[in-house]
Amino acid sequence: MFKRWWLFLLAFLPAAAFAGNIQEMKLPNGLKVVVQEDHRSPVVVSQVWYRAGSVDEFNGTTGVAHVLEHMMFKGTKAVPAGQFSRIVAAAGGRENAFTSRDYTVYFQQLEKSHLELSFKLEADRMVNLDMSDAEFAKEVQVVMEERRWRTDDRAQSQVDERLAALVFNANPYGRPVIGWMNDLISMKANDARDWYKRWYAPNNATLVVVGDVNPQEVFALAKKYFGALKPRELPERKPQDEPAQKGERRATVKAPAKLAYVALAYRAPKLVKMDDWEPYALEILAGVMDGNPASRLNRELVRQQRVAVNVGAGYDAINRGPALFEFGGTPGEGHSAEEVENALRAQIEKVKKEGITEDELQRVKAQVIAADVYQRDSMFYQAMQIGMLESTGFSWRDIDEMPKRLQAVTAEQVKEVANKYLVDDQLSVATLDPQPIDENQPEAPEVPHDLR
Amino acid sequence: MIFAKLIARIFLLCAFFTASAHAALPIQTWQSATGAKVYFVENHDLPILDVEVNFAAGSSFDHAEKAGLAAMTHGLLGLGAGGLGEDQIANRFADIGAQMGGDFDMDRAAVSLRTLSSARERAAALELMAAIIQKPDFPASVLEREKARAIAGLREAATQPESIGAKAFTKALFGSHPYALGADMEPETLEKITRDDMVAFYRSHYTRNTAVVAIIGDVTREQAEAIAAQLTAELPQGASAEIIPPVPLPDAAVEKRIPHPAEQSHILIGYPGMKRGDADYFPLYVGNYILGGGGFVAMLTEEVREKRGLAYSVYSYFMPMREAGAFQIGLQTKRDQTDAALGVVRETLNKFIQSGPTDAQLKAAKDNIIGGFPLRMDSNGKILDYLSVIGFYGLPLTYLDDFNSKVGAVTAQQVKDAFARRVQPDKMVTVIVGGGAK
Repeated sequence: MFKRWWLFLLAFLPAAAFAGNIQEMKLPNGLKVVVQEDHRSPVVVSQVWYRAGSVDEFNGTTGVAHVLEHMMFKGTKAVPAGQFSRIVAAAGGRENAFTSRDYTVYFQQLEKSHLELSFKLEADRMVNLDMSDAEFAKEVQVVMEERRWRTDDRAQSQVDERLAALVFNANPYGRPVIGWMNDLISMKANDARDWYKRWYAPNNATLVVVGDVNPQEVFALAKKYFGALKPRELPERKPQDEPAQKGERRATVKAPAKLAYVALAYRAPKLVKMDDWEPYALEILAGVMDGNPASRLNRELVRQQRVAVNVGAGYDAINRGPALFEFGGTPGEGHSAEEVENALRAQIEKVKKEGITEDELQRVKAQVIAADVYQRDSMFYQAMQIGMLESTGFSWRDIDEMPKRLQAVTAEQVKEVANKYLVDDQLSVATLDPQPIDENQPEAPEVPHDLR
Repeated sequence: MIFAKLIARIFLLCAFFTASAHAALPIQTWQSATGAKVYFVENHDLPILDVEVNFAAGSSFDHAEKAGLAAMTHGLLGLGAGGLGEDQIANRFADIGAQMGGDFDMDRAAVSLRTLSSARERAAALELMAAIIQKPDFPASVLEREKARAIAGLREAATQPESIGAKAFTKALFGSHPYALGADMEPETLEKITRDDMVAFYRSHYTRNTAVVAIIGDVTREQAEAIAAQLTAELPQGASAEIIPPVPLPDAAVEKRIPHPAEQSHILIGYPGMKRGDADYFPLYVGNYILGGGGFVAMLTEEVREKRGLAYSVYSYFMPMREAGAFQIGLQTKRDQTDAALGVVRETLNKFIQSGPTDAQLKAAKDNIIGGFPLRMDSNGKILDYLSVIGFYGLPLTYLDDFNSKVGAVTAQQVKDAFARRVQPDKMVTVIVGGGAK
């Protein structure tokens, strides 16, 4: 959960001075191309963002967005299985892909003269994926290994998964991006093919390029390779709004560990329109609670009371789905998850009652300004910002505005949103109950092979 | 977000190998009046300054009975210095948007700073960093708290298969060599550490004549000289760093199976690898790219993951250190296919050592390493890391300019020969956590 604060900053902090270096073009087939010039090094990063993530999945095939992402490396007629990565590697490139709740992204980092290669390969697999049943059968095993590694053998990941499922019943954010294990076991190649046919099309994608390039040349290359691809009619996306929460919810997870862990999530508004003010105030609040090692939570719970060995807070305003304001903490030895929860909630009550100081407000704002400059050191992160905004209903054109609106937040507004949203009835709590290790017993029965 | 391939590994591997710079990256180097070595790249593209100060104060300088002292000393530097408390330090950095960081491994302890280069922010950030490096207070109360946190972390790690495996692997590979000391840290050794121990360790290891200062960013040479002096002139005066003995090679294979109920087994296989500046550096580097360092296109990934679906992540790397760091292969797989996966890994390794790379594999490796050269230094953050490693290990400045030509000169026979001499498959260390007792 602590990653989200960073991701949020990322989304909120594009450099004002840099918006002038960004240009966009839309192809007739609906593909949007956004180019940011950065001439500091002779390199380029190219990312294709598909507006399809786990939020678009249905029960029974959870995880299919991510499985398809794996299958996108498994070949087209022109570029057979295994060749995509070899071709990029031969050009000195690095490449990978990732799937989130909101989008699926494929990227290459290359010496600048190889950008054309990236477009050629991405345009091909945007419409020509040709996955075999045999490749699917192997790769879904890889994804199950990934789930074991990422979630099933990590106690805190299990708690985070449980918390999301506790908070969201109607909205798909309650389901893990990696998918439930049983859905992975039951998944067929045709589930992945259906997903591909549903969402992979130029009119559901944004191509983001950042680097030592000339935008007009990039647009010309994009036309050459993506211009002929046919758009698809995209399925209607249902809002799937989560009903109002009417009371606190709690869950416990038992898993092998030594230390307990507690995670708290409050329902909170996301950024819908640029001129909403509440999400900016919640963002500042997150920075006051957990922006540096002397912010409130670490100072009070770890350094002074010494009830926790780690604490954190985070808020994610820019999502396709609903937002949460989250807290988490690991009790130190001799302390319980309950004590950490109580200490966290005491800090929440304190900020609701007393608000924040002017020093705290200015400190968070100073960090916002500096982070804005620092991230210009990475072309990859700059491309991430553009893609994230474009894929969540915003525009790169909004990016000048966001730091300004953060700078405009007042201490009074922070107090107001704390009182409005950090309320018991909107809270869900998941706790890890650490279990001793029984070395000879698998923690869960193995799934019999004949179930596949 | 979930990546197709474990991306952290890829970045990790990049960090292990200092890349070269073309001559277009002008590194200036000098020795400060009090003996610190300085490596500087002037770059005014962004209003940012990055600084890192490195010391020979890593975990290999610990003593077994108080293992963890080096790490605790490094960890406490920023938690009270020059009369400022930990909260004051953190708030002052935050007030100017500066970020403090650090690196710590078997050889090296480093403190780093990123700040805006504007005069007010730069001056305030450097003043804080100067205090942290040169006037740490090691407050007793903070030490007690950080010991308790570290002990809690160790006890938690002792339940997690990944940490259990890493610790057992380090112990089995390095035995009584100081490179094993990082894995000797236990609640009992941490309990013994006193404030006096930390002050003594600091005085003998954070010394002005062993400090290596790396600087990149928006300052002039004159300013960089003043910064290096400001950060090192008041360091303790001390002897040169202790010498770490060579890493002994194992006499026989070791296989440790550690029972654990996790759904996946964690497998680590290794052998003492190579040093920084090693005569076999380039053949081993290029060869490892082919074997297990090249991500999706590596032989281990092809055999274990792509052909058989046995693992999400499988990799190999050499970690070049002052003395031979680990050559390590790692993977995780469902517990009931542990032996199958292990068999595939061993067969792949043995075949590679016996046959060496094909001409096509060698060409593909060189194409990637040489063609991807500009990506190694496309940010100030990456260049700072390179400056630190080059300076700390005393690599020649021409090493940067020569990197691509040395990679290009590697032959298939050299790779085969280097692996045959340096990796002994019948004497390797294997650690398997999980899969039940055996």
